[in-house]
Amino acid sequence: MKRIASTMTNMVLVLTIVSVLAAGVLATVNRMTLPKIEKINQDMTGQGVRKVMGNENIQVASPDTCEGNILYRVTDSNGQSLGTAVVTETQGFGGPLKVMVGFSTEGVILGYTVLGTSETPGLGTKASSWFQKGGKGDIVGKNPSRNKLAVKQDKGEIDAITASTITSRAFLAAINNAYRSLNPDASVTITSASVLQQDTLNNLTTGKDR
Amino acid sequence: MNNLKIFLNGVVKENPTLVLLLGMCPTLGTTSSAINGLSMGVATTFVLIMSNFIISCIKNLVPDKVRIPCYIVVIASLVTLLQMLLQAYLPAIYATLGLYIPLIVVNCIILGRAESFAAKHGPGASIVDGLGMGIGFTWALTLLGAVREWLGTGILFRSDDFGLSGWTLQGEDYGILFFVLAPGAFLVLGYLIALFNQSIKK
Amino acid sequence: MDYILNLFLIIITAVLVNNVVLAQFLGICPFLGVSRKVETANGMGMAVTAVTVMASLVTFIIQKYVLNTFGLEYLQTIVFILVIASLVQMTEMVLRKSMPVLYQALGVFLPLITTNCCILGVAILVIQKDLDMIQGVVYSASTALGFWLAMVIFAGLREQLEMTDVPKSMKGVPIALITASLLAMAFMGFSGIGR
Repeated sequence: MKRIASTMTNMVLVLTIVSVLAAGVLATVNRMTLPKIEKINQDMTGQGVRKVMGNENIQVASPDTCEGNILYRVTDSNGQSLGTAVVTETQGFGGPLKVMVGFSTEGVILGYTVLGTSETPGLGTKASSWFQKGGKGDIVGKNPSRNKLAVKQDKGEIDAITASTITSRAFLAAINNAYRSLNPDASVTITSASVLQQDTLNNLTTGKDR
Repeated sequence: MNNLKIFLNGVVKENPTLVLLLGMCPTLGTTSSAINGLSMGVATTFVLIMSNFIISCIKNLVPDKVRIPCYIVVIASLVTLLQMLLQAYLPAIYATLGLYIPLIVVNCIILGRAESFAAKHGPGASIVDGLGMGIGFTWALTLLGAVREWLGTGILFRSDDFGLSGWTLQGEDYGILFFVLAPGAFLVLGYLIALFNQSIKK
Repeated sequence: MDYILNLFLIIITAVLVNNVVLAQFLGICPFLGVSRKVETANGMGMAVTAVTVMASLVTFIIQKYVLNTFGLEYLQTIVFILVIASLVQMTEMVLRKSMPVLYQALGVFLPLITTNCCILGVAILVIQKDLDMIQGVVYSASTALGFWLAMVIFAGLREQLEMTDVPKSMKGVPIALITASLLAMAFMGFSGIGR
């Protein structure tokens, strides 16, 4: 079989047919997979909320947003409020650091999970275990308005991840950020804005990275 | 050329990563661990086999002057297809590879094989070529990932996404972080290519 | 004021800290392929910068006003790559007609650019990072400038490398990769700035 000649009609015809076919196939597959993808995303959110609230039998309300943070209000099966899970994002060492953190109604941290990170593999990724209950920088059970959630280098009470001070600062800033979106007038110790400026200053003056 | 020869050509003699030096972005970007390299290799192999097959089937229906746009449309559709399927059925892989999945479109191996092989051979041979090239790419990526993971973290084949605890070699306290970071990728690949040259090319 | 500070941070981060080639591994093929001479590296850098900025702007507009409006997000990859391919073609034609001098300098690089993952990568990242239009343009321009910078420095190193005596099996790409490793290490010194 000979190859079709490159006349104008042929070219336009072939390109159109190829594009229409491709778009058709993709539209079909998209319709098939979309419900499943949405369900997976929902399940992952639901699992995340259950994990950070430390409770399996909960009802998760549809999310609110507040200053760029996403809030999931959580109640038990009788409709009694248990607290809120907050998704927030700050700038870490190598890019955005996305954290979900659960607060009780009094503002005590119940748990957290790192949702997305582009931190240095092996170092920054330690954030997902370092600050858990029993970890070296345990924040579970602390309350950002009573405990100073900052690394020890910044006169706080949390041990920073070894060799990842910036990631630790960013992580704690995220927690404080999340807390502030629940209690807008609380005076928390460190927010992402102040970390940002402080770090920039530090780095520009000393050239130190960690 | 018989099929075995075509297959081995991709796996060893014209290995896309170590000899042809194609597709360097995913090679360096996704090999911070062996499992990541392996996943990327498998994803690319899928697209490579399918695109080689489809292009060798339609090669005579496509006028010469618009063949590149047509091939690009075919490849981009396959990549989008893969993206949707991974998101729906293997979300862990999708989360790990992230941006590098849509970037399979611009992986020069795929368009390169379409142009230089699939456009000149039949569907059967093209599938074999896609498989050979894909496996050649996959083993090189897995090896690169394994060396970086071993030297960098002291553990091999660990993957939190798949719940694999891996095989502890010298242990995490003796990992040299450098190898997991960007400069380590360049360094290890440089030495791998040199070793490959030394031992196989001659 | 915060907005301006933010833009400034985007520039520093994209050019130095998260350098597109040395930290994000995008655009490695031209980085290794056309970096033997400073002159060609310069041309390639310029061409990539021009196309990246145009492509991100066009893809941004298409994403916001066409794909998002009609719920066609799943066509993103296919639409973006076609936009880039046609932009490259158009740039080539316009340059050839109106600026033959510039065309002579950049012409040979233009066809190579379609499969430069830096351009598609940046276009997708602008959407993923949820930037607005000004931030998007600033981000894509500074990322491309980062590419250009890395290209030129690397080409300078490689010109020197040509004259050195290296083992036979290390000649060419292997030693270039090891040089790139050292360069990437140097760029790591910037990390943490702007955080």
